[in-house]
Amino acid sequence: MTISVKPQQTGEPLFYLADEHPHPEGWSTSLGFWIYLMSDCLIFAILFATYGVLGANYAAGPAPKDLFDLNLVAINTSMLLLSSITYGFAMLTMQQGRIKATQAWLAITGLFGLAFIGIELTEFAHMIHEGATPQRSAFLSSFFTLVGTHGLHVSFGLIWLVTLMIQVWRFGLIEANQRRLMCLSMFWHFLDVVWIGVFTFVYLMGMLR
Amino acid sequence: MKSDTHAAAAAHHHPDQHAHGSLSTYLLGFVLSVVLTAVPFWLVMSGELGNKQVTALVIMGFAVVQIVVHMIYFLHMNTSSENGWTMMALIFTIVMVVIALSGSLWVMHHLTANMMPVHEMSGMK
Repeated sequence: MTISVKPQQTGEPLFYLADEHPHPEGWSTSLGFWIYLMSDCLIFAILFATYGVLGANYAAGPAPKDLFDLNLVAINTSMLLLSSITYGFAMLTMQQGRIKATQAWLAITGLFGLAFIGIELTEFAHMIHEGATPQRSAFLSSFFTLVGTHGLHVSFGLIWLVTLMIQVWRFGLIEANQRRLMCLSMFWHFLDVVWIGVFTFVYLMGMLR
Repeated sequence: MKSDTHAAAAAHHHPDQHAHGSLSTYLLGFVLSVVLTAVPFWLVMSGELGNKQVTALVIMGFAVVQIVVHMIYFLHMNTSSENGWTMMALIFTIVMVVIALSGSLWVMHHLTANMMPVHEMSGMK
C-alpha cells in the first residue's frame, strides 16, 4: 500500500515503510481464489468458443436433436441449482457456528452434486451406446470436452467437499476451515454459473438448430 | 507521523470475513434462478415463440440475467470487496471472454464462408 507523505515543515523525521507490514494468515485468500476462478472462467470461455466454432460440424453423424433429452437436462439443472442453495444454507449455519447443521447441509449439497454427476454420466453412457462417441464428429468432440470439463470440476468439488467435511469433523469450525469452506462456496457457485452457459448455449440452442 | 502510519495500517483492514449474504438474499436468488431457468426451457420445449432466432436471442438474454443474479446473490459480488480488486479481475475476465468468444466465432465464420470448397458448401447448413 502507499502512504502519502506530506511536505514536512516542522523538521520532523520522515518515516518510510521499508518492508511490508505483517498480514494475518489467509488475509488475501479470497482475492487469490477469485483470480483462480477467473482463470478457470477463461478455460471455459475457450471451450465455449471451440464448441461455438465446431458445434455445427456433425460429419453426417448425430445432431443435438437426435441426442439431447431436455427433460433430463432440466432435472440435471435443478440438481445443481438445489446444491447451490443448500451450500448457501451451509454457509449461513457456519456463520452461526452450528457444526452439525453445517455438516448436514454440506452432506445434502454433496448428494445433489452426486446426483448431477450421476445423471450426466448416464447421459454420456447413453450417447456413447448410441455410437455418439467423442471421435464421431467435431460437434461431439467439442461437446464432450466442454461438458466433460464442467463435470470434472464438479467431481473435484465433491472430493473437496468430503475433504472439508472431514476437516470440520476433526477440527470444528475453526477460522482456517471457515476460510476453506468459503473458497469451496465460491467454487461451487461458480460452477453453477458456468452451467447456465452450458444448458443455454449447448443444450437449448442445440435443440433450436 | 508514527501514529499516522499506524492509523493507515489499521484503516487498511484485512477483510478475512466477507459478506456471506443472508437467508432472504439466498432464497431470493434461488427463486429468481428457478424462474430464469424454467422460462427458457419452457420456451424451447414448447416452441412458444415460433421463430427460432427470436427464441435463441431471448434465452441468451435470460442466461445473462441469471448469471448476474448468481453473481450478486450467491457469489456476493460487489464493487467494494477487496478494495474493488475482485470487480477489476471480473471486468478483465469479461473483456477476455468477450474477445475469445466473439473473435473465434467471427473469424471462423468468415473462414468457413470464404475457404470452404463449393461442393462441400451444400452440406453445410
